[in-house]
Amino acid sequence: MGTFIAIILAAVLTNNFITVKTYGICPFLGVSKKTSSALGMGVAVTIVMTIAVAVTYPVYEYLMVPLGMDFLEIIVFIFIIASLVQMLEKIIQKVSPSLYNSMGIYLPLITTNCAVLGVCELVIGDMSAIIGEASMNMGWAVLYALFAGLGFTLVMVIMSGLREKLNCVKVSKSLMGFPIAMITASFICMAFMVFTYIK
Amino acid sequence: MKNKYAKITLDGLIFNNPTFMLVLGTCPTLGLISSASSAAGMGLTVVVILTLSNILISAMRKIIPNAVRIPAYIVIIATLVTLARMVLEKLVPDLYDSLGGFLALIVVNCIILGRAEAFANKHNVLESAVDGLANGFGFTCALTVMGIVCEFLGNGSIFGLKIMEFTIGIFATPAGSFIIYGLSIALFTYIMDVFMRSRRVKENRLARENLLDKNPDGGKEVAAKEV
Repeated sequence: MGTFIAIILAAVLTNNFITVKTYGICPFLGVSKKTSSALGMGVAVTIVMTIAVAVTYPVYEYLMVPLGMDFLEIIVFIFIIASLVQMLEKIIQKVSPSLYNSMGIYLPLITTNCAVLGVCELVIGDMSAIIGEASMNMGWAVLYALFAGLGFTLVMVIMSGLREKLNCVKVSKSLMGFPIAMITASFICMAFMVFTYIK
Repeated sequence: MKNKYAKITLDGLIFNNPTFMLVLGTCPTLGLISSASSAAGMGLTVVVILTLSNILISAMRKIIPNAVRIPAYIVIIATLVTLARMVLEKLVPDLYDSLGGFLALIVVNCIILGRAEAFANKHNVLESAVDGLANGFGFTCALTVMGIVCEFLGNGSIFGLKIMEFTIGIFATPAGSFIIYGLSIALFTYIMDVFMRSRRVKENRLARENLLDKNPDGGKEVAAKEV
């Protein structure tokens, strides 16, 4: 139970992907102009992250390490992620066309999202800072990916809310667009720094 | 002929600078500029990988079928990153440790795939190599400059060399990196704006003088209309 809570807190708050690890900044800055699209992107990233870890973790642990192929992890992981995203796109298109219309445009972008490859690399690396003495297994890996995705969604939604408000403000010409978005993001980071004191 | 390479170089370094003008490859930028040496190390790694991937993709652009070009590019880039990781782990373990997870994430760095898609698959090997070098060094310069500012404010040091005791802790965290990056983009676009405006004014003046030389009577009217 302790590990369970530790993983959730670490993934969502203390080691948030955007504010602490700075993974997945491209969609964070690019797709956060409207709350609805930010939410769509966040959900899509969460789903892909969870499934990607559920596939890459066993492949790495039970196939590549015993065969001594662990140096090929980057190539194998990026291929698994790219095919997963393609497959998900096709499945969603068939099962729920309305969801596809609202989420479809974000899916191809996710292949080149640092957050997805980043979480796959993280869970096969050293996680002792987060889970303590408990040994890493597939359940914890998938749980971490799911909540890291939810943490990503949370920050995306906060950011989009702030940016919608920013539209009503007069900003000097050279600060318009990315610069003001980044300064806004920095304030979100400062707010999230409070959580690093959770022990 | 020479002019073409100068244009590619200037485009990559300044006018289409991947970090400041196009805002690509933001994750490693924000993650690593709190230390100047890891920022510069990241930049130089990207220079090597980007140049090699541009050369390889440009050399194979006639063989790779159009429909599967993106997966093919990703395999090429992933192979190069795997090699770079092995080399760095063996030769510069300090840099390998300071780059951390961002080394593997070069695979999904938009700059590399972006240059492959926008430039290397349409141009010959030499041009692509120049483009890779120019964009890579544009990225490196931007990262190093921001890294120096961030490290100076956050740690009171430059490239690990202690200079002052007074530090502002926020600049050693991602929050400070966000601020420095945002302000740098603003400053860069402002300077580019001023530069472009002065160049346009100069061009207009030259055009007006040419007109006046050719046509002393009507020149003024034409010039007035132009302005």
